[in-house]
Amino acid sequence: MSALTPVLSAFWDQKDSFTIVGYKRNGGYQAVEKALSMEPDAIIQLVKDSGLRGRGGAGFPTGMKWGFIPQGDNKEHYLVVNADESEPGTCKDTPLLLANPHVLIEGVIIASYAIRANHAFIYIRGEVTHVIRRVQQAIEDAYKDGLLGKNIRGKGFDLELLLHVGAGAYICGEETALLDSLEGFRGQPRLRPPFPAIAGLYARPTVVNNVESIASVPSIIDKGAEWFASMGTEKSKGYTLYSLSGHVKNPGQFEAPLGITLRELIDMAGGIRAGHRLKFWTPGGSSTPMFTDAHLDTPLDYEGVAAAGSTLGTKALQIFDDTTCVVRAVLRWTEFYKHESCGKCTPCREGTWWLVQALKNLENGEGKPEDLDKLLDLCDNIMGRSFCAFADGAASPIISSLQYFRDEYLEHLSTGGCPFDPAASTLFEGVGVR
Amino acid sequence: MSIQEVNRTHSGVGSGDVEPVVEMVTLTIDGFEVTVPKGTLVIRAAERLGIQIPRFCDHPLLDPVGACRQCLVEIEVNGRKMPKPQASCTIPVEPGMVVNTQLTSAVADKAQQGVMELLLINHPLDCPVCDKGGECPLQNQAMSNGRGESRYEGKKRTFEKPINISSQVLLDRERCILCARCTRFSDQIAGDPFITLNERGALQQVGIYEKEPFESYFSGNTVQICPVGALTGASYRFRARPFDLISTPSACEHCASGCDMRSDVRRGKTLRRLAGDDAAVNEEWNCDKGRWAFKYAHHNRITAPMVRDESGELREASWPEALAIAAEGLSVNRSAALTGGRVTVEDAYGYAKFARIALRTNNIDFRARFNSDEEREFLATLPTNSVKYSDIDKADQVVLLAFEPEEESPIIFLRIFKQVRKRSLKVVAIAPFTSRGNAKLGAEVIKNVGSESAEIASLALTSKSVILVGERLAEIAGALSSARALAEKSGAKLAWIPRRAGERGALEAGAIGNLLPGGRPVKDPAARVDLQTAWSVDSIPSEPGLGTDQILEALHRGDIEALLVGGVDPFDISRDAIEGLKKAFVVSLEMRHSALTDIADVVLPVAAVVEKSGSFIDWQGSRRSFEAAVSDSLQRSDLRVLSMLAEEMRRPIHLPTVAVASKEIATLGKWDGNAAVFAPHAAIAPKVPSENQALLTSWRNLLDEGTLQSSEPNLAGTAKRSECVISADRAERLGVADGDLIRISNEIGSITLPVRIGDIDFRAIWIPRNSKGSRPLVELGSATHTLVTVVRA
Repeated sequence: MSALTPVLSAFWDQKDSFTIVGYKRNGGYQAVEKALSMEPDAIIQLVKDSGLRGRGGAGFPTGMKWGFIPQGDNKEHYLVVNADESEPGTCKDTPLLLANPHVLIEGVIIASYAIRANHAFIYIRGEVTHVIRRVQQAIEDAYKDGLLGKNIRGKGFDLELLLHVGAGAYICGEETALLDSLEGFRGQPRLRPPFPAIAGLYARPTVVNNVESIASVPSIIDKGAEWFASMGTEKSKGYTLYSLSGHVKNPGQFEAPLGITLRELIDMAGGIRAGHRLKFWTPGGSSTPMFTDAHLDTPLDYEGVAAAGSTLGTKALQIFDDTTCVVRAVLRWTEFYKHESCGKCTPCREGTWWLVQALKNLENGEGKPEDLDKLLDLCDNIMGRSFCAFADGAASPIISSLQYFRDEYLEHLSTGGCPFDPAASTLFEGVGVR
Repeated sequence: MSIQEVNRTHSGVGSGDVEPVVEMVTLTIDGFEVTVPKGTLVIRAAERLGIQIPRFCDHPLLDPVGACRQCLVEIEVNGRKMPKPQASCTIPVEPGMVVNTQLTSAVADKAQQGVMELLLINHPLDCPVCDKGGECPLQNQAMSNGRGESRYEGKKRTFEKPINISSQVLLDRERCILCARCTRFSDQIAGDPFITLNERGALQQVGIYEKEPFESYFSGNTVQICPVGALTGASYRFRARPFDLISTPSACEHCASGCDMRSDVRRGKTLRRLAGDDAAVNEEWNCDKGRWAFKYAHHNRITAPMVRDESGELREASWPEALAIAAEGLSVNRSAALTGGRVTVEDAYGYAKFARIALRTNNIDFRARFNSDEEREFLATLPTNSVKYSDIDKADQVVLLAFEPEEESPIIFLRIFKQVRKRSLKVVAIAPFTSRGNAKLGAEVIKNVGSESAEIASLALTSKSVILVGERLAEIAGALSSARALAEKSGAKLAWIPRRAGERGALEAGAIGNLLPGGRPVKDPAARVDLQTAWSVDSIPSEPGLGTDQILEALHRGDIEALLVGGVDPFDISRDAIEGLKKAFVVSLEMRHSALTDIADVVLPVAAVVEKSGSFIDWQGSRRSFEAAVSDSLQRSDLRVLSMLAEEMRRPIHLPTVAVASKEIATLGKWDGNAAVFAPHAAIAPKVPSENQALLTSWRNLLDEGTLQSSEPNLAGTAKRSECVISADRAERLGVADGDLIRISNEIGSITLPVRIGDIDFRAIWIPRNSKGSRPLVELGSATHTLVTVVRA
């Protein structure tokens, strides 16, 4: 039985956890002092040794990413933090920044120092006004404390940190679209190569990291790579934030070592909604193929989830119980993808337009069983055919739901409509008048 | 782009320069090995094998984007298959790469069919009424790489149709497949990013910004490269189906850039013109004037010969009668010929030969514009090692002397812009202010109006530099001499760029007073003997002829009694040229009724460019021949008319057809004897304006009141508005802001225009030379370097 390992969330219950005073009282900003006395390359090596992998979804080794930045090239380097958390179900960076913005800032200072960047940017989602205010205040406090700006802590390192507020587009979470948006253009993904490590922001070597990845760095500096690597599994080291939402008794953030199972997490969350049982769930947000109760003991690390046919993604565990119509849930997600498709490439732009109409028909019980094969064939023409990975995310829930719940789709067709009571899946079921 | 085109792009340059060795890469596509230069894209390498991968967003002259996903193929590198099909338009070849296209990979084939089906779900089935139907890449590739019937049963996205994105380009948004060719062209090739993709998802669309309208001189190319019928030309929309058109390769008759063109004709009428493919010249582009200014040939035409009767009225006459009257009138002792700068090489040769044999004079000039002896001598001794477009590609810097490429030779602008974008080519311009074109080139602009010669002399160039001398440099005394000296001193290459398409050809054909055909100096007895033998005549006049201005002065004095005039607008020469012309017997060879035909004694109708064959020589000295696009025209070429007229005068020139003239020009060849010697002319001291005075400067905007642009309101709709550019301190002195009116005047007349404040030399002002409300030559008697009074209107 795994236990929780609160690091980033350790002090969220303190009233002033988001302030610089609160952060420092709990040992904050000590890692910066230590890091600035180290060689930048030693920090990169330490992060490599820790086995930290990108927490934004792809799981790319963070230290290796930093190592790609060419050194001694006499060019500006940039660190860009991707705080454009917009995946349906994903809700870890937003509470983290709300409760503990300084851990990110400390990580930014260390990471910038390591990759020799004197400018860093946090690209944050425009909708989360309250979080923006807290991060902005935290940045101002860090400047006042001499943690940002010129000659930080007298170590001769300069860093300017800018908070950029996005205008609300899912695509801007894709790192190259984020860079375009940050430069003032419309957010659409760029052609790679060149990769951001060679020509990123303003065509300069750039590291783009997720909030949680960067926020994990101070603890590694503080407690060492071995400490970090002692948690988790063989290839998925460390602790991470699991976000449980949906039909569990106590939804929220659960910081635990990689490799924990959903069964354990559901226990920690007080179980599935009373009187119901788990039907399906996503391991890492809506774009990761869904799982069922057959996967309750799948280790939630990069390898374990991949072996079971999905991806760990952002560890956004959306839990759906037996009251939920899978067709309806998938339709809602697909509507999101259609709305958020940037329009650059054909499969995503046209495909999501078609998918929504196809799924609406199925949810309404219209069509023939062969339409399910047509739908799968359509997904096959979208999956892996698009410019960026987002269209894969749009196809995944459809393909996986048909894999596990084909009969439920067919039931829609045979009954000529949705067999579920949509109100039954809501939290206000039985409250008031339908 | 065809495969031949690809080969041309990569073939070595024929000059003696040592080209860097190109690293070659060998890969396998559909089982065939192919070796291509490193950096080649997979889609292009496949073309070399004749394997056509379907595509929409891909364009060989635009940066890869990978948006449409139509060109998906399977790729294996180092024995490892890439997990997903890849867009072959974005992947450069690698050694040992194994590519399987739709021909050998079921996955690639299905991927392509899938993308095609998706592209069509929101595309309307209006092919039967779409301009593009019949020549549409979407239509064609839907047939070759798609399924016959759609499985889509849902609702199509619709938009209001069409919307004007400019007066000349219309957008049908529901037809658009969002390949971004148009937006990328406008940004990357023309430097006019006035259209962009807006909105997102299936509602993404091409859009304009109302404060920066799509007024690009190159906008027509977006219509041509649109792979569907989303962008259409307002003037062509619904006029024809492609399969009803007869296409003929042609040459552009507007400027000296030398574009390859295609004229599409239906039932004797030109309905559209497209840019042709010539990698060495215009690549695949042209300007909007070349594309859309051709309707002059449809309106106001003279269809029958006319003679002036006793009452002074022009009346229609038979060809024999008109030729007889013209022949008699021209058979005088003192005559001259003005050919204008727009005739073909063969026609110019006809005029040159006609003047020497039928008129027995060297009084001939093609310069229907400013003309000076200095220029004539400069032209007679132009360096023979012609500068080419490829020299711009290799130059260490390009110097623009009294030359605004975007306005006066737009394809040269595109070529310089390409190099500026690609390798930050240095551009230096001597001009009164930084025009928009020069701003796009990032040019360093030397603004010293009146002292241009000194500025030219102080430029530091190398033998890798290219000097582009505009026709307007002649207007500054001594400046051409300075430019020559600069080229000689530095070893830089010098090219002269006339504005009109026919000038370089007319120069080489001998339609000027100091040169006989083939660049033979009139004064050189050996040159004359050469020509006498070739033409089988007893003598050739030995005295150099008069230039245009001198001919007009002689007309005023009554020293010249008869004049043969080709396509000349007398108001291009001077304000009062028409008065001199009225005094002589004038035979006019013209297409359209004009100020000149109004006073001519005999008017003989001639063919427009699309109605005849011929050739033009561009600024590089390269010749482009063309056949008649309107094959059944009853109109005769200038050459044919001149030949008939010479017969009538019993002084035949023996040039019955263009083919005969062309052969004779080739047989004559270029003069290989002693070249004329250029004697430099001195600069004159600049005029000094007083407080409320200014030195007037001007040039012609690409789109203006030019005769060949008439009858095309959609094109005119994107012309720049007439404005007077003044300096900030002058604006302050006059108390005016952008848009306020000022009056520019001298003892002859005045012009009132709105003001635009620019970085112009504080002593100078600038106005367009031939635009609405701004014709300084007519209104002020001079177009440049003259003192004018500037006051608030």
